[in-house]
Amino acid sequence: MDPAAEIAVPRASTDDDGAAAQRRAGNGGTAAGRAAAAQAVAATAVEAYPRIVAALIRITGDWTLAEDCTQEALERALDRWPVDGVPTNPAGWLMAVARNRLLDVLRRASVERRKLRDVAVLALTAATAEPMPDEEVVDDRLRLIFTCCHPALAPQARVALTLRTICAVPTADIARAFLISESTMTRRLTRAKTRIAEAGIPYRVPRGRALTERLPGVLGVLYLLFTQGYDADGEPAFAEEAIRLARLLVRLMPEQEEVTALLALCLLQHSRRTARRDTDGELIPLDRQDRSRWDHAAIAEADRLLTGLAGSGPYVWQARIAACHATAPSADATDWRRIAECYDQLVQVQPTPVVALNRAVAHGYAYGPATGLALLAEARVGGGLDGYPLTLAVEADLVARQGDRERAAELFRAAADRVSGDAERRALLKRARRTSGPAS
Amino acid sequence: MMLVCTDPEPDPEPSNHPDVEVWVAENDAAGRRLQGAQLAPASAATTVRVRKGQLLVSDGPFAEVKEMIVGFDLLECADLDEAIEVARAHPMAWAGRIELRPFADFEQ
Repeated sequence: MDPAAEIAVPRASTDDDGAAAQRRAGNGGTAAGRAAAAQAVAATAVEAYPRIVAALIRITGDWTLAEDCTQEALERALDRWPVDGVPTNPAGWLMAVARNRLLDVLRRASVERRKLRDVAVLALTAATAEPMPDEEVVDDRLRLIFTCCHPALAPQARVALTLRTICAVPTADIARAFLISESTMTRRLTRAKTRIAEAGIPYRVPRGRALTERLPGVLGVLYLLFTQGYDADGEPAFAEEAIRLARLLVRLMPEQEEVTALLALCLLQHSRRTARRDTDGELIPLDRQDRSRWDHAAIAEADRLLTGLAGSGPYVWQARIAACHATAPSADATDWRRIAECYDQLVQVQPTPVVALNRAVAHGYAYGPATGLALLAEARVGGGLDGYPLTLAVEADLVARQGDRERAAELFRAAADRVSGDAERRALLKRARRTSGPAS
Repeated sequence: MMLVCTDPEPDPEPSNHPDVEVWVAENDAAGRRLQGAQLAPASAATTVRVRKGQLLVSDGPFAEVKEMIVGFDLLECADLDEAIEVARAHPMAWAGRIELRPFADFEQ
């Protein structure tokens, strides 16, 4: 299928939009009717797309075929809904059309009877025009997530496949985020799908020990997706996709505390999305942001999620740290001692150089720059932070607070030379100027 | 096909490594291991090539590699996850590395 014909699923739609569009869409083929129908298709697809794709993959094992049939159902809806009106069960309508399309293709390909029978069973379930029993559908999407994030796939392929198959993000948008051409991304996605079949990667949610081992990988993909969207020069829609997926995962696996913590962490970071840039689009550091512009509903939701979590996994600690920042009434009122404590715990379960670096920052604010610099020196042992430009920015900040503003400005400039994002570079240069200039 | 290979950086605690006899007994009993054998050392290897119709025979393995195949096991597994579980219990997953590769599926 021509990737250009893919239908973009808008990421910000809510159920309210869908219902409103549905009411407006009954008025035939007028321009307004078409626009309303298109909106209804998009709103329905947000929830329905991964469900339909996941169900069709389970039956056929053919990822590309499942996606193509689902896409064709969406296109049919765009054609029919403006004329016929939006059906009473839009998701069921899409499922029925996708399933019929699949039946056509399979009949023509004369596959063995078993698969046809399975499709027929599916047809019966969908024909009741009621949403399918939640248990089974939910299971399908979880299967899809775990398969997309299987460790036997290359890390980048996991993210791309998740975006394409579960979030229905057009290949062109994924390609842009990865800074490669659309045709290269199409080839990569095809290769990943081929590999799933050839290597024998199962379409299944692992159980027991395997689940414990695989879950961090799934959460890693989700968090990478989030940071891809949240990064200064990233694709903002990806952050919302990640939050949507994290919400789904929390619904599907409410007993997994790390999943809940990941959702809380994303919500807390995302709560600052409008406050972190000034009117020129430049990044504003946390301590200078206007806290009234933070999304306090999201912060409250994250806070509720975190209350009662007993866990001590890496996302639980990261979310607790983010909550300390988000709930502080002002930068000066931040509970740095609590944050330092959390980092002491986090570095135990996630002993990475970057965590050690952030721990130095936290201790620097809690107990003074000398303590921070001592921990920074410790974090640098082993060379894990060489080539990580923010190390220099951290050192600059600590040195500045000790009073050596010359040296601090020099370090900020050195950090700016090494970062890859333009927005971050400008923010660091601004700090260099502010540090060397008259005290503000 | 499970290819058993050496690795320059093995797991540092040999006392933790599983027992190969137990592994073989378990997988034979489960009917999962169809066949398997250890190979003679690389010094016993012979490489055969035909180029422009000419037979070229040389000693040793075909490439200077640190990860050498030292054995193989033929497994019957439902999917990759099952194969990974079987491979992780083999001592050479600890002392070396294991490569899993399904047989080509010509039906597709």
